[in-house]
Amino acid sequence: MNFTTPAVIAFLVVLLLAPAVAGVATRTKSLLTGRKGAPTLQLYFDLWKLVQRGAVFSETTTWIFRFAPVLVVATILLAATVVPLDGRLSLIKFSGDAVAFAYALGLGRFFLVLAALDTGSSFEGMGASREVTFASLVEVGLFLSFGTLVVVTHEISLSGMLGAPFALHWTANAAALVMIGACLFALLLAECARVPVDDPATHLELTMVHEVMVLDHSGPDLALILYGSALKLAVLGAMIISVLIPRANLSPAASIAVLMLGLIVVGIGVGIVESIMARLRLPKVPLYLAGASSLALFSLILVLWNPA
Amino acid sequence: MTHSTLQLLLLLIVLTDFAVLGSSRLSACIRWIALQGAVLGILPLVTEGGLTIHVVALAIGTIFVKAFVLPGFLRWAIREAAIRREVEPLVGYMGSMLLGAAALGAAFAVTSTMPESARGSLVVPVALVTVMIGMVILITRAKAVIQVVGYMMLENGIYIFGLTLARRVPFLVEAGVLLDVFVGVFIMGIVVFHINREFDSISASKLTELRES
Amino acid sequence: MLELFLVVVPLAAGALAYALRKARARSALLLTVAMLHTVAVGVLWVHKGSALGGWLMADDLGLLVLSLVSVLFLVVAFYAVGYVRYERPRGGRAFVSCLLVFLSATSLVALSQHLALLWVGMESTTLAIAPLIYSRDDRRSLEAVWKYLVISSVGIALALLAVFLLATAQPVAGASRALLLPDLISGASHLDQWWLRASFVFALAGFGTKMGLAPLHTWKPDTYGEAPSLVGGLMAGALTSCAFLGLARFAQVALAAGLQDFVRPLLIAAGLFSLLVAAAFIIGQADVKRMLAYSSVEHMGLLVLGLGLGGAGAYGSVLHVINNGLVKVMLFLAVGNLVLATGTSVVADMRGMLRTRPVSAWLLVAGLFAVTGSPPFGPFVSEFSIITGAVREHHPWVAGATVLMLTIIFVGIARMILGIVYGEPSTSDDEVSSVAERPSLIIGPLILASMVLLLGLYIPPPLRGAIGRAAASLGGAAP
Repeated sequence: MNFTTPAVIAFLVVLLLAPAVAGVATRTKSLLTGRKGAPTLQLYFDLWKLVQRGAVFSETTTWIFRFAPVLVVATILLAATVVPLDGRLSLIKFSGDAVAFAYALGLGRFFLVLAALDTGSSFEGMGASREVTFASLVEVGLFLSFGTLVVVTHEISLSGMLGAPFALHWTANAAALVMIGACLFALLLAECARVPVDDPATHLELTMVHEVMVLDHSGPDLALILYGSALKLAVLGAMIISVLIPRANLSPAASIAVLMLGLIVVGIGVGIVESIMARLRLPKVPLYLAGASSLALFSLILVLWNPA
Repeated sequence: MTHSTLQLLLLLIVLTDFAVLGSSRLSACIRWIALQGAVLGILPLVTEGGLTIHVVALAIGTIFVKAFVLPGFLRWAIREAAIRREVEPLVGYMGSMLLGAAALGAAFAVTSTMPESARGSLVVPVALVTVMIGMVILITRAKAVIQVVGYMMLENGIYIFGLTLARRVPFLVEAGVLLDVFVGVFIMGIVVFHINREFDSISASKLTELRES
Repeated sequence: MLELFLVVVPLAAGALAYALRKARARSALLLTVAMLHTVAVGVLWVHKGSALGGWLMADDLGLLVLSLVSVLFLVVAFYAVGYVRYERPRGGRAFVSCLLVFLSATSLVALSQHLALLWVGMESTTLAIAPLIYSRDDRRSLEAVWKYLVISSVGIALALLAVFLLATAQPVAGASRALLLPDLISGASHLDQWWLRASFVFALAGFGTKMGLAPLHTWKPDTYGEAPSLVGGLMAGALTSCAFLGLARFAQVALAAGLQDFVRPLLIAAGLFSLLVAAAFIIGQADVKRMLAYSSVEHMGLLVLGLGLGGAGAYGSVLHVINNGLVKVMLFLAVGNLVLATGTSVVADMRGMLRTRPVSAWLLVAGLFAVTGSPPFGPFVSEFSIITGAVREHHPWVAGATVLMLTIIFVGIARMILGIVYGEPSTSDDEVSSVAERPSLIIGPLILASMVLLLGLYIPPPLRGAIGRAAASLGGAAP
């Protein structure tokens, strides 16, 4: 446990800013496609509105359906604690916490999928099966990226990989790390159900992946799930920022400022991708993820081969 | 400075290899191979030894042929022969990617057994990867046009390797390569054109009349 | 400067032939150049020189291949003059041009002492021969050209990589000139072994593709099956010999650097595998030209096998280059006559040729015994010496396997050719007499047949000396 002030502040910043990042993405897309669009902070209002409402549960559902939204947010929060959000140290640090990070996200997804299956709706089952397929491919790229960072830094905790010692390795491995950043961004788009893998704005159940799974959630439960998605985007975004901009040498205040700016840039990036790309056909998605993974594989081979 | 620029360009070449492997549109494949040709042209400018007239001429010639003439010629062939724009691989894109990844691993594994002198630079492994992925494309793609792209990639890989020699064995090697690509693809292009007129379709997988029966 | 003449004159004549409008003039040009070439090569036997600062020079091995190419080309040129009267090949003017450019390119390969120059020659042969394969405007012809171009251009690319790797193996500092064969061999101990090995592997794959070693032989049956017979003969006799020369050059360097234990097993394995594939596909082959293609795979296998065995094997290998070249062209021309007569190369439609085409049929029978290495023909001597080499170099299993394959191949070829020669001619061949066996179509293969027979009985001393010296440069010795 390292409850240093900057770490706690960075953690709170990510928690609070998360809905805005998703908002920035939506807003960017609106502006680029020539529309006015919803306010950037719309998600805050939505969440507030949903929290005040009651929830409706189908009679066929069990406790899993009610339990899942809480668990989703809890696992993402857990994942956030092991990422060095302030650029130095994470709240919790232990050897191999990168694996914990991946499986915390995996656990949340597992329960979300269970909840989707729990409703007995065929659409939700279909969405769940797609979600799981893509997630299994995302993990390949994620672990290859972690592997690369481990080889570069000789550290096996996320704090070590992305925190203080990391900055020293940038000059020697610039190309590999840029590719890791690109790979992680591609994975972020898949993991957070964004174009080109999924379209958060779609309303056709047949083509939906992530959104279709949460159709039956309502009220505070839906609020939790929406917040969870936004938080995941922010945490993964923060991780990319840590890879591309080592902040160990900055003052805590500057570091947090860079984090906030970086999150906005990530949001804009997601928005730009959404406005210039079309969603891939479903059979093409594995190829997209394989491409992202081969970027990570390539950088892994590079750093293994040339351990400067 | 030049060293890291060189590394970066070499990485770009590997990325274009994979981009061709993963693209499903002929036009995209041609665009990537043209980009690779352009990067290839810049390479001799950043290798050690400084700028000489010879090197600059080589760069200009390479960019002209590999980034403009040959891709343009291929586009012309597609337009002229009204070829469908899909790649239609024999091995799926996913399988191709895996083959590409295997080639990547193999190239670096081979390179690590090399004599000390060559291990420091990325040139040799990148050349090998490009040669191997070019082979993969030649073997796993049925369409004549994309086979030509695969062959160009194979040539590019050999060219990268040849760059390490450009200063020691001047002119002959480069002239040979450019001539080879130019004439080879030219004739191939004409044949491609004829195949199309002759069989209505340009798929080499339909070339199956000659076989052991 | 004679060396330069041998390369430049056919090239210039090729360009000139394209400008000539009259078929008769083109034929005259073809014959003149072919004869001039042979005479010049004859002079080279007496008076050796060098050109382009040592880049072009006829050493013993190169001179043997050059002489073979020159003689074969002369015979084919004579045959072509008669041939174009019956079957007008596509392209007209380009046909003669391509033949002449092919002669220039093969001469360049044979004379090059600079390995990159050798590669340029090898590459030009591919480009020169490709239009010649495309003889008819149909699908099968196109398919053959496409296969040939794709596969051999990849082979050529790999061979270029081999040249680059060899250049890398040369030390940066030092007196040796880059890629020049004499310098490479004299400075072999300074070559980097790792690069040299890599170079040899790629050379084997690259030139092996051009030779048609299994498993890189897949273009061969299709190309030989579809090409006009004289083109098939040139490819099987002259082009493959040049490709073997390319491989032998790399082997020379690798052997001089002391890589025997690396090079020899590779060559032996490649040779045996080619023999195996040839034996498997010759049995039950239905098309005589395709059968000749597999026979060519067999003989290429024998060449690399002998090279890999060393000693008497290498001697046999060098001798076999000559024998194989002569026999292949003779067979292709004889088969070409029958194809002209029957309009097909499918065995089932060619019967009783002894009655309708006696001379060509007898040539075919002679070719059968020659190509399968039976006495008293030349290939018997060379094949025997390769097998002797296997026994002497303590590879009894290789010798046994080779004999077994050769026996299987003998049965396969004999069954096919005897079927063509004997049997009842099909009744529909009434128009046969309209294409009589003209002297121009028969003299060439007859001359080749007598040369093959002569080489089986007596090898002239100058030739024997040259073969011995060439074999010695490949780590061999006369038995």
